[in-house]
Amino acid sequence: MSKPFSMTPATALAVLASGALFGFGLSLSTMVQPEVVLSFLRFQDWGLMLVMGGAVVVTLVAYTLAPRLLGRPLLGGYFHQHMSAWNRDTLLGAALFGVGWGLCGVCPGPAIAGLGTGNTDLLWALGGIAAGALAQGLRAGRG
Amino acid sequence: MDASLYSLSLFPLGWQHYLLGGLCIGAGVALLFVCTGLVGGMSSVFSSTWSYLLRAPYFQQARYTDTRGWRLVYAAGLIAGALVWWLGFSDGTPLHTEVPVWALVVGGFFVGYGARLGNGCTSGHGICGLGSLQWPSLLAVLTFMATAFITANLVAFWGLA
Repeated sequence: MSKPFSMTPATALAVLASGALFGFGLSLSTMVQPEVVLSFLRFQDWGLMLVMGGAVVVTLVAYTLAPRLLGRPLLGGYFHQHMSAWNRDTLLGAALFGVGWGLCGVCPGPAIAGLGTGNTDLLWALGGIAAGALAQGLRAGRG
Repeated sequence: MDASLYSLSLFPLGWQHYLLGGLCIGAGVALLFVCTGLVGGMSSVFSSTWSYLLRAPYFQQARYTDTRGWRLVYAAGLIAGALVWWLGFSDGTPLHTEVPVWALVVGGFFVGYGARLGNGCTSGHGICGLGSLQWPSLLAVLTFMATAFITANLVAFWGLA
């Protein structure tokens, strides 16, 4: 089977631009500020629902229409699918993720994007997430 | 506006920037898909980047080694986009957070461990998973929202952070 994706100058630029739109959106919506995320989790400001709702609707339209209107992606390759399964790992992983998210108000996207807003405090969260991903991989490898 | 009414609002800080920002995030995920066919969740980059440094079989799976290049470029784009907002659309003061360091580190650890064990985070399950109408992702979102609500409110109740 061919590789899922080949990096060319054009695809690299498209990936970079997509990431930039994502990062701009995270900043504009103040999701890069842990205090705002925590105020949602404490029922003080429902803004996060608008952020997620807006993002999901646009994504749903693209994921539904693009494969029907285009035979393949504009820069080549094929349309991938998000595959999720419901099992013990998904349940336990999601539950642990929520505990961490509720504790610090930072999730993977904002931990990365927040660095672009000069917020060096978020390096602590970024280090924590990297360590958590490392521990999960090492444990999975042993299991 | 009456202060008591104001505090009862669902959106005490306004709602437009939330919706506009969410549409931008969706546009980024959509652009990635239309141009390259890739599904752009964020937490995988933390596992795929370890594959550069570690020979452990778990990290050397094709799903990480074949995607680590574009995932890093995507992460670089995330920082660049935030930088554009910071330099062009804010007052230029570096943001900071009052969340204590121990909470960032410990919370971050659970976020990283849980997102990778559960195969997705707020963007992977929340945006890409719901955007492709995957019911396991909906269950994952409901699960992490529930434990996050409980944790955030207990932490505030006990005055921990």
